[in-house]
Amino acid sequence: MENKNDVIEIRNLNKWYGDFQVLKDINLNVKKGEIIVVAVPSGSGKSTLVRCINYLEQFQEGQIIVNDVELSDDVKKIKAIREDVAMVFQSFNLFPHLTILDNLTLAPIWVKKTPKKEAIQTAMEFLERVGIADQAKKYPNQLSGGQQQRVAIARSLCKNPSIMLFDEPTSALDPEMISEVLDVMIELAGEHRTMVCVTHEMGFAKKVADRVIFMEAGQIIEENTPEEFFENPKSDRLKLFLSQILSH
Amino acid sequence: MEVYKKIEAKKAPSSSVGAIIWMRKNLFSSPLNTAMTLLAIAFLFWVIPPFIKWAITDANFKGTTKADCTGDGACWVFIKVKLQMFMYGFYPEVERWRVNLTYGLFLVVIVAFKYLKHSMTKIAIATVYFIIAFFLIHGGYFGLAEVDTNKWGGLMLTIVISAVGIIFSFPLGILFAFGRDSKLPIIKSISVTYIEFIRAVPLITILFLSAVILPLFFPEGISFNKLLRAMIGLVLFEAAYVSETIRGGLQAIPSGQHEAADAIGLSYWQKMLLIILPQALKVAIPNLVGVFISLFQNTTLVLIIGLFDLLAMVQLTTSDAHWLGFETEGYVFVTLVFWVFCYLMSKYSKSLENRFNTDLK
Repeated sequence: MENKNDVIEIRNLNKWYGDFQVLKDINLNVKKGEIIVVAVPSGSGKSTLVRCINYLEQFQEGQIIVNDVELSDDVKKIKAIREDVAMVFQSFNLFPHLTILDNLTLAPIWVKKTPKKEAIQTAMEFLERVGIADQAKKYPNQLSGGQQQRVAIARSLCKNPSIMLFDEPTSALDPEMISEVLDVMIELAGEHRTMVCVTHEMGFAKKVADRVIFMEAGQIIEENTPEEFFENPKSDRLKLFLSQILSH
Repeated sequence: MEVYKKIEAKKAPSSSVGAIIWMRKNLFSSPLNTAMTLLAIAFLFWVIPPFIKWAITDANFKGTTKADCTGDGACWVFIKVKLQMFMYGFYPEVERWRVNLTYGLFLVVIVAFKYLKHSMTKIAIATVYFIIAFFLIHGGYFGLAEVDTNKWGGLMLTIVISAVGIIFSFPLGILFAFGRDSKLPIIKSISVTYIEFIRAVPLITILFLSAVILPLFFPEGISFNKLLRAMIGLVLFEAAYVSETIRGGLQAIPSGQHEAADAIGLSYWQKMLLIILPQALKVAIPNLVGVFISLFQNTTLVLIIGLFDLLAMVQLTTSDAHWLGFETEGYVFVTLVFWVFCYLMSKYSKSLENRFNTDLK
């Protein structure tokens, strides 16, 4: 499995919250440009895995290597990894005291030291792409959930990351807004960016994923191509999960 | 099956109703309410007319000496004669324009702030203003005669102490608030110890400490200015309260904001200053202004270490042999001045809240 092209390597990852083990011996390699969908039935530790990848969560055992840099307490390493790994959150987490445009230009200006004009130009291009350029001067709370999530995606793109993490990006949205966010994500998937998405949107997984990973109770149960994953599930647990989500 | 037509939005029904309906709804809606309303009216009748009689109808406004105080009511002649004392203390008469100019410049700065956008220019202007204010009031440079701080007094001293107290306790309080939430154990324990120690001690004690005990630690001959010592004491005291108020604001910020700021790669200080603090301050404004209002009032305690602020001026002026027995006028006047300042501060806080409200616009 070891390969020069691996941009994310997770080895024997174990994590506990107090005495409770949320991640059990996770091993996962992600190649450059690969799109991984992590399907997790509701339960604990849903998003802990992706949050470990950019060190929002610390772990007790195992290794995570991102772009040949091993995650550790070293502030410089964390900073280097975060500059190249973007994250989209379930609850958007836009900065409510800043305008949409300022939300987007913050990281380029303060982290990457991009000149302001250039940062604004880039930000406007990304806003254009997610279809909300006309709202640039508004504040986040004036937008709908779907629009806010599209802004959040544009914000994470502004620093031109090579890896994008999605932590249940559509779970907090009304049904009619889910598709507008998924459309943006599908478009991104066509750009050969490495993506790791935790999501319940199995349609999205079928359409764009290179690999689908099924997790339960903190461990990986099954890992396969989308075709095999949906047509030919091996484990009983996955069969049950698929029958539950497809029966409606 | 039924299909309904689209309904156009109508105008909201007018909420303006007659005065009588309003009164019935708000003042006389229940027997208890009616009783309360009548009691309140009776109380106002009992209090207000005598006060007006004392303060206006029976009062003396004209004249220059005690002999002009002929009426039964207040004698505002006293305030008129002593007004300069109340405003400037013993600040030399010929130099008082310097204090007035400082006030005037303050208004200019406030107006300028309304039109300035960049916070960096604002901070620069404010800094320059306070340096100019120091040189203007203190003097000793640029051909301005030095006015010893012993001569400062009255409202001017109250404002100087409060301004210094607010300006320095604010950043210090922010630092201690960050420190208290810090993950570094040493910084955290220093902050917690400081805050808890200061909050356990009355301000008077701290003023005494800074006035009486602090000089003992310095070799003879080095004497700290009394006013400076009082200011240091006040700043250290208020910083603890400011810090707790701001910490309340910090705790109101959802963890998602920290995570998002971390995830886009901001450093700790960038995260705190650009993302967390602005939102925390917005939450903390009402309480913060409460702290600053009480700071303004706390300055009256400097009397006990021999500084004559606005309130102390009442004692000083009424012990003038020509004007014995005008405490009431003095205290009423000082009350009014304090009220005006505190009211303005609380109005300003309200306008700040509205300005920073980005939820609906």
